[in-house]
Amino acid sequence: MAAFCGRYCTAQTGWVPLIVLLCVSARAVDRSNFKTCEQSAFCKRQRELKPGRSPYRALLDTLELSDSRITLQLINDNNKVRLLLELYRLQGNMTRVKINELKPLKPRYEVPDVLISDPITETLSVVSQDENSLVLSLGGKDQRLIVSAQPFRLDIVEGPQVLVSLNSRGLLAFEHLRARKDTISHKISSTVGSMWDSLKSIFSSKSELEQATEQENVEQRTDEDGQIKEEEDKPGMWEETFKSHTDSKPNGPSSISLDFSLPGVEHVYGIPEHADTLKLKNTDGSDPYRLYNLDVFQYELHNPMALYGAVPVLISHSTDRTMGIFWLNAAETWVDISSNTAGKMMFGKILDFVQVSSEAPQTDVRWISESGIIDVFIMLGPKPADVFTQYASLTGTQSFPPLTALAYHQCRWNYNDQEDVKSVDQGFDEHDIPYDFIWLDIEHADGKRYFTWDPSKFPQPKEMLQGLMDKRRKLVAIVDPHIRVDNGYKIHNEILSKNFYVKNKDGGDYEGWCWPGNSGYPDFTNPEMRAWWASKFAYEQYEGSMENQYVWNDMNEPSVFNGPEVTMHKDALHGGWEHRDVHNLYGLYVQKATADGLVERSGGVERPFVLTRAFFAGSQRYGAVWTGDNAAEWGHLKISIPMCLSLGLAGISFCGADVGGFFKHPSAELLVRWYQAGAYQPFFRAHAHIDTPRREPWLFGPENTALIREAIRQRYALLPYWYQLFYNAHRTGYPVVRPLWVEYPNDVATFSIEDEYLIGKDLLVHPVTDEGATAVTAYLPGKGEVWYDVHTFQKHDGEQSLYIPVTMSSIPVFQRGGSIICRKDRVRRSSSCMENDPYTLYAALNSQGSAEGELYIDDFHTFNFEKAKQFVHRHLSFSANTLSSRNLAPDSQFSTASWIEKIVIIGGSQPSSATLKNADDTESALEFEFDSTLAVLTLRKPGVNAAADWTVILR
Amino acid sequence: MTCVHLLLTLVFAVSLGTPVEIQRPRGVPLTSIQFYVENKPFTCLDGSRTISFDRVNDDYCDCKDGSDEPGTAACPNGSFHCTNAGYRPMFIPSSRINDGICDCCDTTDEYNSGAKCENTCKELGRKEREVLQKMAEITKEGFLLKQHLIEEAKKGQQEKQSKVTDMQGNKKQLDEKVEVLRTVKETAEQPEKEAKERHLKAWEEQKAAIRLEKDKAKMAEAFLELDDNADGFVSVSELQSHAELDADADGTLTETEAQGLMGGAEQVDTSTFESVWPNIKDKYHSEVSREEADMSCLVSSEVPFGQKVFFLEKTVVKLSAQKARDDFEEAEKALREMDDQIRNIEKELSFDFGPDAEFTYLYSQCYELTTGEYIYRLCPFNRVSQKPKYGGSETNLGTWGSWSGPENNKYLLMKYDHGTGCWQGPNRSTTVKLTCGKETVVTSTSEPSRCEYLIEFTTPAVCQEPANTDLSPHDHEEL
Repeated sequence: MAAFCGRYCTAQTGWVPLIVLLCVSARAVDRSNFKTCEQSAFCKRQRELKPGRSPYRALLDTLELSDSRITLQLINDNNKVRLLLELYRLQGNMTRVKINELKPLKPRYEVPDVLISDPITETLSVVSQDENSLVLSLGGKDQRLIVSAQPFRLDIVEGPQVLVSLNSRGLLAFEHLRARKDTISHKISSTVGSMWDSLKSIFSSKSELEQATEQENVEQRTDEDGQIKEEEDKPGMWEETFKSHTDSKPNGPSSISLDFSLPGVEHVYGIPEHADTLKLKNTDGSDPYRLYNLDVFQYELHNPMALYGAVPVLISHSTDRTMGIFWLNAAETWVDISSNTAGKMMFGKILDFVQVSSEAPQTDVRWISESGIIDVFIMLGPKPADVFTQYASLTGTQSFPPLTALAYHQCRWNYNDQEDVKSVDQGFDEHDIPYDFIWLDIEHADGKRYFTWDPSKFPQPKEMLQGLMDKRRKLVAIVDPHIRVDNGYKIHNEILSKNFYVKNKDGGDYEGWCWPGNSGYPDFTNPEMRAWWASKFAYEQYEGSMENQYVWNDMNEPSVFNGPEVTMHKDALHGGWEHRDVHNLYGLYVQKATADGLVERSGGVERPFVLTRAFFAGSQRYGAVWTGDNAAEWGHLKISIPMCLSLGLAGISFCGADVGGFFKHPSAELLVRWYQAGAYQPFFRAHAHIDTPRREPWLFGPENTALIREAIRQRYALLPYWYQLFYNAHRTGYPVVRPLWVEYPNDVATFSIEDEYLIGKDLLVHPVTDEGATAVTAYLPGKGEVWYDVHTFQKHDGEQSLYIPVTMSSIPVFQRGGSIICRKDRVRRSSSCMENDPYTLYAALNSQGSAEGELYIDDFHTFNFEKAKQFVHRHLSFSANTLSSRNLAPDSQFSTASWIEKIVIIGGSQPSSATLKNADDTESALEFEFDSTLAVLTLRKPGVNAAADWTVILR
Repeated sequence: MTCVHLLLTLVFAVSLGTPVEIQRPRGVPLTSIQFYVENKPFTCLDGSRTISFDRVNDDYCDCKDGSDEPGTAACPNGSFHCTNAGYRPMFIPSSRINDGICDCCDTTDEYNSGAKCENTCKELGRKEREVLQKMAEITKEGFLLKQHLIEEAKKGQQEKQSKVTDMQGNKKQLDEKVEVLRTVKETAEQPEKEAKERHLKAWEEQKAAIRLEKDKAKMAEAFLELDDNADGFVSVSELQSHAELDADADGTLTETEAQGLMGGAEQVDTSTFESVWPNIKDKYHSEVSREEADMSCLVSSEVPFGQKVFFLEKTVVKLSAQKARDDFEEAEKALREMDDQIRNIEKELSFDFGPDAEFTYLYSQCYELTTGEYIYRLCPFNRVSQKPKYGGSETNLGTWGSWSGPENNKYLLMKYDHGTGCWQGPNRSTTVKLTCGKETVVTSTSEPSRCEYLIEFTTPAVCQEPANTDLSPHDHEEL
């Protein structure tokens, strides 16, 4: 919805001087508003450290072994600061590595509330130990964790192969907390020479010889009092200024860094959110990928700048193995990626275990964070699905949305008033276009006081909501986390009296500018505050709200118009922690508290639906995300695919981009193509900036209206499939939309594809994303597999690039031979109207003449599927001319009115008879039609209940 | 023919107030009933296939055109007919059958969804009749008003037309008068002009004489300066000492160059110097630079003298010229005013005030509507503006552009554009939607899209001639 400049400037004429300052060039992102690594003091310091021999040494004699973990100390031979290393073997083939200061001056932040529980550990046993190494068993398959003492490094090996090495490039750097020196006197006491020495020693690689000499002379590194020498300050350690903002940094330097080497890996993915390619790029010679939730006005494509959300999860993939690295840290983080050749970093004990080819490719990854501790989860795969399961076991799975949330959403900044809402609603019926949700942006509230309604534009919100309810439709109203500082505003007064606002560095309430003008920011990291916030969604608290009203959290990076990089000052305080420590977590908490509120208001019955712009690892548990304020440009349409695929790999499946583009005015062609693409993305919402002309689907002439109608209808027909995939995502953590390599991990040709993708594993979509396109070339994967065009049933072989001529009505979608997909072909005006409608089964046969699929049904909106096992889950399979429906969840119970209307068998042969056999063994003959040119068999009206056991036998 | 006959039966039945329930498959309109004959094979209306009658409305779509399922939601492209006795019959898409939402006022679309629908047809019919009646009244009265407007406009137009014609006649006279007065004025001004010219000439002569004298003085001075050895001759070498006289700008005045300046002579005396002087005077730098000051002093002391003479003479002449001038200016002003008037009327006459000039009365009027925040002001054929209610400057929402209604009646919408620009957006523009009403009034304003305003405006000028509502049965009988 809302990069600040657009709204900020138009909505608030009183702020003209600020407009001039902030919005001089409004055409594209103003890069100067955001830091480069060079401008971020810790990133600069860390990046100056080049690969080399690590100054860290593991003190093997400090080893402590318990059932669940081992610990040992590390020492930095340059400054003698000791760290504590903890190693865990986690259930499900994961290794957790934690590094903190042994005795920090004060506690360092450890990210809470992201892991769903304490991960279950498994026994780590010592296989062998000598003076410079420790070999631990990670269980089956010859997996070993090797700790090398000097220099310190960790290697995880499987048989003769190194899977991943930590600190093999010597980039472990842990800035210990220190007391601020008595500045001037101390500096004078050090000679220039000693200053230079210690400066060199902090962050520089040294030859082995030098290092060894220093080891021997450790004693000389203490001064006369026997005290360890302090490192000298570097610029930006105790204060940092960016543009007009000064970060006071009372705790001084605290950054951390660690490198990971992945031998045999050329493809890495993930670490959303960036407007960039699916396959991550080498960052040598450019900025690292940045993870720091920011409200970026008119973001640019194809660069590593930070955007609204951050998930510090990186997935590596090769034909041999898929793995993941989850860096659990909520502070500003930078990720460097470079290519290398495996082997050159191998030495010592590891060589006893592994065979190294010096020619093998290798990817090196380096994580740098501003504060907190090193807490990293290495997910060892080996298959893509294993990594998804592993990550889900840590941070949870995608929340299971109510079905309606998967339907089409109509949004605009802003639908002006009740009358406008009513007429847009009628417009959809007049043009026979389905939709489930209409959305209200910030103008609906009274003076941007969220939880209220503008009394002149929305005097009767319940009347409006009831009108929508009568049509079985719903509404989303925005609730942002910035609170107008106004002593006539109840929400503000309560937060004030409960002392729930984030504090500034001096202890007063932090204030910043946002939509309402001067605003406070509730401290969502405080569980009491979150509970209070959740209670505000109760129907009696949120006046004018009703059960068909849901919520949207925008600006929750948090966006602070006059703050550094348009966000909160890092020295603002959340209780005892600095904003620096918790920044990337703020948005997650906002969405969590809001979702909790929606659950509570229904007495725990209804599944919530909350959209967020900012997110972090674990945000998948609370709802949907969108890719923020994009633009009506073809490039933005294209990038929506890799952006959502990256999010899916990092656990967040419920993703979408503003259909049509938020900024600027799309051509009719771009709008139609965007609807066609959006209809096949998980979150399907059209949205537009307030300054753009109206663009409801019927405003572009009857031809385009028809094209948009058709795209939306295709979405509605496929809702059963989307719903079943979300159910599976909720249970397993598998992404709903997937890059091709996830399902075809051995096909190198798929590794960089980002203009097409799979929905589940059975539908392949290649949307048209080029202006004036007359054809697309889609890669159909899978040797020996077949794919069927879902619109024409035309059959194509796998493992080929298929040239597909397209017209404006084309949406190239293919169903995998071997799959059965359930659709509801009776498309109605909203998904709720379709809940009891019958299903049509599309069985696309593979070359062996078989196919299988699933059907999932429940009440579509409550938690009863989970709490009371009220659902239907069927396995559908076709082989040897027999199609049957088998219960996958015998202990669940649910009765549905839906029945099987039609069965379409694609790629089959003509039978002489078709017999339906019911659960009670009664039989009846089915009529059928066979299209011999396309080999499509249509069985007429089996009529069996969708929850029943049945079999159809073809003879 | 059968079709027409059945339709007529229904029409009569309704008009007699005794609805007749005709048996037919659910969702089929009366006009198509002959295609659905019980127990006879049904042929899809597109002729694509024939099926047994029990497959009609059996909740499975057999016909591509959806015609076998008029009463179920089975066909994606089907439609359902509701009779809506007491109100208007209508078709709804099949997808609205049993979707839990009451679409037909006779409730027939929700026969199996559990939705609790009430038959509201009578109520709707009554309301519709009321509205229609009211509308008819408004239209009737509005149309009468419109006739007056048209008459007045025509009258006004004629008046204006003849006024223009009159004025154009008057203007011709005035034109002539102006010309005459111009001649009178010019004649009267002649002595004045001559005096002025005379004095100017005298003054020019005087100035020339002064200049000449001055030049001579300068020349003499130069001669004395150049004649370094005071032998009464200026020699080549003496001239060479003035490098500024260098012709080729190379910084030195060569002997040849100097000789060239002196007309080939080795030396010149005071009299021959007179012919040399024009060659060098523009470049020559006096060793004592002061002549500019002298000249200006000279000029400033001389001017008042000349002017004084001139002014004296002018005052005498002026007395006679002034009146002629005043007369002329007065006449010219009157002509200009008349021109303006003619232009204004012609401009007004050039506007498209509708096929019968029925919108003429809106010209040069303004209509306001005050909303919560703003006062909107519509001045038809001129501009639309918005002013904050509680102070602040006015914003132009567009100036008159054109009629922009649909092709069949462009006079239903007015477009005003090129208003004040929006930040990062277009210039403001306004569409005015005209509806029939007895009064001329702005009924609502809105901003459906940023900086694109919509004003609803009622006026009798768009009221259509009321249709003859009581369609008598003869019309049908004549069919």
